[in-house]
Amino acid sequence: MEEKEPRIIAFCCHYCAFTAADLAGTMRQQYPTNIHIVRLPCTGKVDVNMLLQAFVDEADGVMVAGCEVGSCHFLEGNIRAKKRVEFAKSKLEEVGINPEKLDMFHIAASEGPLFAQTAREFTDKIKSILKEEQKIAEA
Amino acid sequence: MNNKQIGSILVVGGGIAGMQAALDSAEMGYKVYLVEKEPSIGGNMAKLDKTFPTNDCAMCMISPKLVETGRHLNIEIISYAELEKLEGEAGNFTAIINKKARYVDENQCNGCGECELECPVHRKDNFNGELSERTAIYRLYPQAIPNVYTIDKSTPEAPCKVNCPAGVNVQGYTALIAKGKFQEALNLIREKMPFAGVCGRVCHHPCEDNCNRNEIDEPVSVRNLKRFVADREKTLLEKGELKKPSLEDDTIAKRAEKIAVIGGGPAGLTCAHDLVKKGFQVTIFEASSKLGGMMRTGIPDYRLPKDYLDYEIDLILGKGVEVKTNSTLGKDFTLQDLKDEGYQSVFLSLGAQKAKEIPLEDSEGEGIIYGIPFLRQISEGKKPPMGSHVAIIGGGNVAIDVARSAVRLGSKATIVYRRTQKEMPAHSWEIEEALEEGVEIRNSWSPARIVREDGTVKGLEVERCVTIYKKDGKRSLEVDHDQKNIVEADTIIPATGQECDLEGIKDEIEVEEGLLSSDPLTLETSQQGIFAGGDVVLGPSSLVESVAQGHRAAESIARYIDKEELRTDREPVMHSGPSAEMPDGIDKSKKERTHTSVAEPEKRNSNFEEIEKAFTEEEAIREAKRCLQCASCAECMECVRTCKAEAIRHDQKDERRQIHVGAVIATGGFTPFDARKKPEYGYGIYPNVITSIQFERILSASGPYEGHVKRPYDGKNPKKIAWIQCVGSRDVTTGNDYCSSVCCMYAIKEAMIAKEHDPEIEPTIFYIDIRAFGKGFESFYEQARYESGVRFVRSQISSVKENPLSRDLQLQFIEDGQYKEEEFEMVVLSVGLLANPANTATANILDIAQNKFGFFEEKPLQPLTSSKEGIYLCGAGNGPKDIPETVMQGSAAAALCSEMLKEVRNTEASVKEYPVEKQVEDVEPRIGVFVCHCGINIASVVDVEKVSEYISKIPGVVHAEHTLYTCSQDTQKRMKEIIDEKDLNRVIVASCTPRTHEALFQETLREAGLNKYMFEMTDIREQCSWVHQKEPQKATEKAKSLVRGSIGKSNHLEPLQLKNISINKAAVVIGGGISGMTASLSLANQGFKVHLIEKEENLGGNMVYLKMELDGEDWQEFLKNKIKEVQENELIDVVTNTKVKSVNGSVGNFTTVLSGEEETEVKHGVIIIASGAQEFKPDGFLYGKDDRVKTQRDMEFEIDKKDKFGTVAMIQCVGSRDDKHRYCSRVCCSEAIKNAINIKEKDPEADVYILYRDLRTYTYREVFYRKARELGVKFIHFPDKEYPEVKESDGKLSVHVKDTVINEGISIQTDLVVLSAGIVANEEENHQLSELMKLPLDEHGNFMEAHVKLRPVDFASEGVFVCGLAHSPKNTEENITQALAAAGRAASILSKDTLEVGGVVSVIEEDKCASCLTCLRECVFDAPFVNDKGKAEIDPAKCQGCGNCAAACPAKAIQLLTFTDAQETALFNNILEEDIEEVTEVK
Repeated sequence: MEEKEPRIIAFCCHYCAFTAADLAGTMRQQYPTNIHIVRLPCTGKVDVNMLLQAFVDEADGVMVAGCEVGSCHFLEGNIRAKKRVEFAKSKLEEVGINPEKLDMFHIAASEGPLFAQTAREFTDKIKSILKEEQKIAEA
Repeated sequence: MNNKQIGSILVVGGGIAGMQAALDSAEMGYKVYLVEKEPSIGGNMAKLDKTFPTNDCAMCMISPKLVETGRHLNIEIISYAELEKLEGEAGNFTAIINKKARYVDENQCNGCGECELECPVHRKDNFNGELSERTAIYRLYPQAIPNVYTIDKSTPEAPCKVNCPAGVNVQGYTALIAKGKFQEALNLIREKMPFAGVCGRVCHHPCEDNCNRNEIDEPVSVRNLKRFVADREKTLLEKGELKKPSLEDDTIAKRAEKIAVIGGGPAGLTCAHDLVKKGFQVTIFEASSKLGGMMRTGIPDYRLPKDYLDYEIDLILGKGVEVKTNSTLGKDFTLQDLKDEGYQSVFLSLGAQKAKEIPLEDSEGEGIIYGIPFLRQISEGKKPPMGSHVAIIGGGNVAIDVARSAVRLGSKATIVYRRTQKEMPAHSWEIEEALEEGVEIRNSWSPARIVREDGTVKGLEVERCVTIYKKDGKRSLEVDHDQKNIVEADTIIPATGQECDLEGIKDEIEVEEGLLSSDPLTLETSQQGIFAGGDVVLGPSSLVESVAQGHRAAESIARYIDKEELRTDREPVMHSGPSAEMPDGIDKSKKERTHTSVAEPEKRNSNFEEIEKAFTEEEAIREAKRCLQCASCAECMECVRTCKAEAIRHDQKDERRQIHVGAVIATGGFTPFDARKKPEYGYGIYPNVITSIQFERILSASGPYEGHVKRPYDGKNPKKIAWIQCVGSRDVTTGNDYCSSVCCMYAIKEAMIAKEHDPEIEPTIFYIDIRAFGKGFESFYEQARYESGVRFVRSQISSVKENPLSRDLQLQFIEDGQYKEEEFEMVVLSVGLLANPANTATANILDIAQNKFGFFEEKPLQPLTSSKEGIYLCGAGNGPKDIPETVMQGSAAAALCSEMLKEVRNTEASVKEYPVEKQVEDVEPRIGVFVCHCGINIASVVDVEKVSEYISKIPGVVHAEHTLYTCSQDTQKRMKEIIDEKDLNRVIVASCTPRTHEALFQETLREAGLNKYMFEMTDIREQCSWVHQKEPQKATEKAKSLVRGSIGKSNHLEPLQLKNISINKAAVVIGGGISGMTASLSLANQGFKVHLIEKEENLGGNMVYLKMELDGEDWQEFLKNKIKEVQENELIDVVTNTKVKSVNGSVGNFTTVLSGEEETEVKHGVIIIASGAQEFKPDGFLYGKDDRVKTQRDMEFEIDKKDKFGTVAMIQCVGSRDDKHRYCSRVCCSEAIKNAINIKEKDPEADVYILYRDLRTYTYREVFYRKARELGVKFIHFPDKEYPEVKESDGKLSVHVKDTVINEGISIQTDLVVLSAGIVANEEENHQLSELMKLPLDEHGNFMEAHVKLRPVDFASEGVFVCGLAHSPKNTEENITQALAAAGRAASILSKDTLEVGGVVSVIEEDKCASCLTCLRECVFDAPFVNDKGKAEIDPAKCQGCGNCAAACPAKAIQLLTFTDAQETALFNNILEEDIEEVTEVK
């Protein structure tokens, strides 16, 4: 059976992670096409409903990427996002979705290579989770 | 009032200081010209990785500021430009700006970077500390603004090109070969040299003779490189691996004029080639049966196989040249015949094919054959009449060719030449090869007689030649008739030169000394329209020279026919001008020249096969890479071919601009100290010794090693890294005896970040004093020292030695009183900040003073004011400083300009008008999608055509197209037309990043009458094509998904209206100290009403305790004047004995209630907090118990009262840097130094001790520290946690202290103890103000600014500003500066009549609001409030649009506009949706 290409939504804040994603491009850092970036002014805008809705809409993975701790353009948005991500993870677990499919990252604007690396690693992680799930389903 | 004032400001320097000054000035209503000498703005800050003391990413901070500056309607960035002249006076200056040619059209270039990928020239990248390379066409850094490329081009050109007679772009084709672009290289050669293959074999290569590599090792093997590309094309064609190039060029317009070229040698063929490319009808008349001239007849096959010549001639003829062979001028036709046949011009390139006779008797007849006919016969495949032993007379190349040919035909060959071998005109390499092949050369023999027996040649009698040195030093060659010899030979071949056969022409054209005479510049002969060139004019000359003549003739003939002036703008015949020297900053290591393989002499001397082989591909690339690329840009034109935007302008010239401004702000910036000037540290000698700037780049993720800590020598990850402080600072030997003030902090930061990158790194900082004097610095230092594992050693390092095996570095130092030696894997030199060398030129042009270190000089007690009226200073150009101070100074300088130009505010700045917006609410979506190719940036990976086609089928989309460059002006115009034509109400652009381009497209929408929020942008470049280069199919699918997402969102877009609210143009300033007064005066001088609130009875604050400045300037007089000025200013309403009771409202419209004698209410638009601080009241040290123990503040005025002081012991850091006060009070060290100097100057007998831990006399204060030591003040260093003790016994006062130098306790009997008491916050007052206005305080009770680095006087809440001691401890001049900055920032609000609010802000649906107040708690900007209906509401003036409240609201009552739940959900839902039919959700 053909391996399914997972679809991943990456919520990125405008000032840091989104800028880092741009820099990854400028530096021609390669990462898989599975990552689809959605821009937000601040990761503080991410709410639990939105995270869960992405999974309802059949996202295979969701990553939230904001500024480094202490560097949030809006002071505390990334810290709040982190909490919401944690909460959403617990909800995912409750409904039987592997909470590892959701994660939060901190990426500064100058860290293009880190963005690409994170994108690669997260995609790999999602792929291996899906593989595992398929194995279980087939068994 | 000067009624000729001009409302614009010139800012010189586009670093962070200049950017801030420009932004604030522009916001205040002035037009700003920002002139930057580099290709882009950003200055030194753009190079930093992180910034202290928060370790924030520098790029995160500066990038939005760059974009804002670049986009501001009233800031015009003039980059890559220099100020050349300034005339006029304050209020009305005229500046001349020289905008240097960047060879790229700024309006066309969109920064896509494709050119960079193709450019073959590499240079050390200065931006990356020369640790990596950039190309000749470059951009300073990826986020640069303006985001355009610049070509680094040197004039004069490279020596190889300058010295090539034919002007072949040698560096260009060498660079292309190095990049493996062989065909491009050949094409470039052919522009000037139609015989690449021939020239690549036989050229005498002046390019190599003049190659700058000669200074290093051997020249680049240029000739062989040329041959390689030429041969390669022929070979590939023969193998069928290359398509035969189309010779006919349809783009050339055919012309009717006929031109005759007489003589088909290199000059004639080149001329014909050039003319046929210009469209003329050209006929070559050739006397012999084949074309090629001396290339064919003079060069034997073993040097030039004729099929290569034929190949290149065919390429020329293929372009449409007609040829008549066996047609000799004068015999078969005349010039008149040509005229009669309609030829309008003639080029005579008859060559010099006639052998020169030798002056010997009997030199004709049997047994004698001349060299030229000898070679010609061989070239025609005949064996010339010759015997078994030939004697050749002559020493030139023909003689050698003859000898080597004779050997190949089985004969013995002896060359007879009158002079020595060294003096032979033949190329040395040819002589050597001839000798290898068995040719005998008899040097210094002169032929005297041909020996014949019975008419048969038997030999050549020769006589000895000797060189005689005459008395005048001249040499002459004389024949000794007594020394005779006979060279046995049966054939004599004279080869002593060639002549021209002018039989057919000499009566018609002027002849001089056997040559046709023509004008060297135009080649025109005595007959109009008849031109002559090549050997027939020059005499026997080289191939390249003949080719050059051919080009020259063609140019003249074209001009002649077009009746243009022949002489205008012609290059002189010989290139004798200067050429580019060996460039700096390149790899100058030796690299062996690549040699071609040459057949063994015994294998080659019996046949005519070519003896030398061409380079292999690998050899050619290796050899080409040896090129030093002397001129930087090689003009290979790869960028021109690559640039789809057609932005490259190699012919661009510098451009001068005149601008009129009312004021000037000079920034100037700094330059890092050149560590090579301290050779004892080994920088530039040991590869693992680097500077702090280089380390900064190493740490940067976009730096040379992508953020991996590596050392340059071997890329090893160093564990032990040492920082050496004060390199080029506090150093009399380099003339920089000031403190650079930032190095301690950046070294600490670098050490901490290095450890973050690799926890195994063990950083050690070697220092004299750690100067952590700024806000938050001390705790940062403590964190490094006690928590992060950075080792601090207080020891000055005198030299660095390298371990030659490990390349580690050895340091010697004292630690804990012990002498130590230790090896480190890398050493970082903390280089100081020097005045930018360009400051001197700027200062001269602006006519402003510099101090002795080269920094711009400020007027005494007037920070930022230069010596010339109307010119203000800011940033590191007037002294080393950190980023927040720089930013403050930028705002402050803007305020000073605004004070001067207030009458002409808003006279030069433009306001844009837009058409009325069309109604789009409740209208069915009509979406237009523009998918961008971005040249090939997107289109080479993503199939944009497919994306566009796919998108067009999605319901709601009424227009979808793909455009080459969506951001180009013509597409923008088209977009407006389409919006109109198709009645679009939503536009989507799928191209690059919205961060840089969203505003541009939104602007287009507004111009088309569409609300700018009806726009969505999809990034398919940075976030798709560039990151998925190897997966075009998947990238295309992803691009479809992303655009589909945007369509989903755009269905939910709503127009947003910005609301204009009026601004109350008054300010409240809280605090009447020097900061509050300065801010008030500045605002009043800018024309704004000010309410100055002081809690005490009098103005003046802490400054009443301050007598003078370090340099002796009188502060009290200054204060008196300042108070008077404030009191007399009509716009300032001074309210004393008054406090603030409440503050309501938001930016633009505050209402403040004051409680003084009675309660009053004031309305105002902004607030400045300048509430000050106070002196720490010491506890301990017998303070208050013994009146001989005082504080520095008490001492300041006391010095006047005494004449004799006896012993004075000063104790530093009382109430600073202790357990209760974990910060440095910044001013106390300088204060102690000042008082100590004053005491010593008054009473040289006095014994003054200063007991300290780190002496923090930053910047020029260091000079006074030195002065104090020179005056005999004694400094005792005590350990960190062991404060000195003050004791009294028997009425005697003593101080006990542990001296770390001798590592022992000592006791000082003293008459006075002076405590350097720190500064503490006005805690109670600050807390009250903080609560009233919801402003944050730091752990020490100081007000916390919005951002430590880039918003040093702002609060996160709009319209509220802070300055002076309320912000943090600082000295008077710094307080003044910060107050001006606060005034500047405040004025940028008050200057406007209205404030635009709304847009991307949160709104609350009242019905859903449960009044739970979550949003009030969640918002850090204090935007939500409870309205009179008891529901939460958001003040759009305060809302920053982050959406935190929307995410937090449990009732989902809050929506962030343009990022609403419906919009965002539709966006990712549609990205995840694969079926188009499902993507139809229309609201």
